[in-house]
Amino acid sequence: MSMSAIIFMIISMLLIWGGLLLASIHLHNNPDLPLSEIEKDVD
Amino acid sequence: MSAQRENWSSRSAFIIAAVGSAVGLGNIWRFPYVAYENGGGAFLLPYLIALFTAAIPLLFLDYAVGHKYQGSPPKSYKNMIGSAEGIGWWQTLVSLVIGIYYAAVLAWAGSYMLFSFGQKWGEDTTGFFLNSYLQNSGELSASFVPNLFVSVSLVWAIVLLIMAGGIKKGVELANKICMPLLVVMFGFMVAKAVTLEGAEIGLNAFFEPNWSAMTNPKVWLAAYGHVFFSLSVGFGIMVTYASYLGKNTNLTGSGLVVGLANSSFEILAGIGIFSAIGFMAQATGSDVSEVAKGGVGLAFFVFPKIISTMGKSGDLVGFLFFGSLVVAGISSLVSVLEVTISSFQDKFDWSRKKCVTIIGGGSALVSIAMFSSVNALTFVDVIDHFANNIGIVFGGLLSIIWVTWFNRQLLPEIIDHVNRRSSIKIGTLWTLMLTVVTPVVLIIVLLTTLKSLLTEGYGDYPQYVQLIFGWGILVFFATGSILLTKLKVKNNSNGTSNFNSNDFNTSDKLDNK
Repeated sequence: MSMSAIIFMIISMLLIWGGLLLASIHLHNNPDLPLSEIEKDVD
Repeated sequence: MSAQRENWSSRSAFIIAAVGSAVGLGNIWRFPYVAYENGGGAFLLPYLIALFTAAIPLLFLDYAVGHKYQGSPPKSYKNMIGSAEGIGWWQTLVSLVIGIYYAAVLAWAGSYMLFSFGQKWGEDTTGFFLNSYLQNSGELSASFVPNLFVSVSLVWAIVLLIMAGGIKKGVELANKICMPLLVVMFGFMVAKAVTLEGAEIGLNAFFEPNWSAMTNPKVWLAAYGHVFFSLSVGFGIMVTYASYLGKNTNLTGSGLVVGLANSSFEILAGIGIFSAIGFMAQATGSDVSEVAKGGVGLAFFVFPKIISTMGKSGDLVGFLFFGSLVVAGISSLVSVLEVTISSFQDKFDWSRKKCVTIIGGGSALVSIAMFSSVNALTFVDVIDHFANNIGIVFGGLLSIIWVTWFNRQLLPEIIDHVNRRSSIKIGTLWTLMLTVVTPVVLIIVLLTTLKSLLTEGYGDYPQYVQLIFGWGILVFFATGSILLTKLKVKNNSNGTSNFNSNDFNTSDKLDNK
């Protein structure tokens, strides 16, 4: 494989698979709010 | 009052189902070729820009509409804007038609999964597919193909059984089985493909950036067109799936995972498919450009040839490749049928079982009748082109501009609904994308397709075939959505129309406080 193809393969994997990993961690760290809190915000 | 709406058992169940819907045949056989044709590695740039400026903002809108207004597309749109029920029906009918022909493609993939053992297609893979398997005829004919009848019927039997189980015991369970299975099967296929001799030639062709392509507007349109189709946005699936979510679900956080999981699978597919193509190119002394194809051509002409070139070890690769198509396709087919079933259930207040029997069973009969014939390939090709390129794009475009252009007063309510329960906040940028970027790109894509169809037609098909199964399908979407919108159903215990019952969401009442 050419150097530019290898670089782009790595960039694609890092951006998209890495992005998925970060998004999953973010979601894990932000669980659904309790219902009462959502309702309280409205009041 | 209509029955209590079913819910996903958890947020992760919804995410798995949404990813299952988004990851379908297109990820495996469309993305790698689109990327290769449009700049290779450099395509990543327009692809990511399109993903974050069009597809994900629209995904968030679909989630917001389904979640806030708690219904199938017709019900949700009507509850949101009285005049928008027809948009929901347009999307529902597009899903209905896609489900009818999608089942046929799954049946072909299922047959090929079995043909892989012993590589039944022989030397002439194209001839085998067209003449022996499909018994394809260029002329319209009612001639019946028994093996297609069996395989299409089997697909419908499996899918209707899933649909009859409802959300938790049907759709959710099927996705919990299909998605891990898909990852394992496709993962094995890719692992085998990258170790093949010549794989690096294919990977080189796939990832080598062609920067000059970036100045070509068609490449950007291809990126926007692709992400739009790939993420199952704009035709009701995500509206329907979001309507089964709990009131406190983190919508944008979940949406981002769904969007990136879909893209991750596409990259994996690109690596696997182009490794196999590189192997084929080396083995036959051809250039990658002579071997690379997308769609039906890749799956049923090129891939069997690649498998045959591998000798006996190709049997397993064939089984994994076609098995992946079947598994990915089932979860996507389930999602388009869910849109249809849920829409009729909401409108007519039918039970789940009645709806699956009438709407699911009816779709199965039409599908079996059409796709057990010698014209199966013609029907799939023509209907798919019109339903996808005009039906989905037009329905998606309407759903966006009805909110962002003509009913902008709803935007603060929608933004507030999403932000109150989500970790990633939306606001001005999201509004700008959905008001300007996404509609403008979709209008250009739609006009380009219409111009091409009106001036050149589609493929080499006779005019009457394009008229009946292409333009005719669009007439069906338009008249069907008008008639279903006009149809007033008063069958609730309190005598009101189901869509006007205003029982859609406690959280909506909170929103309007």
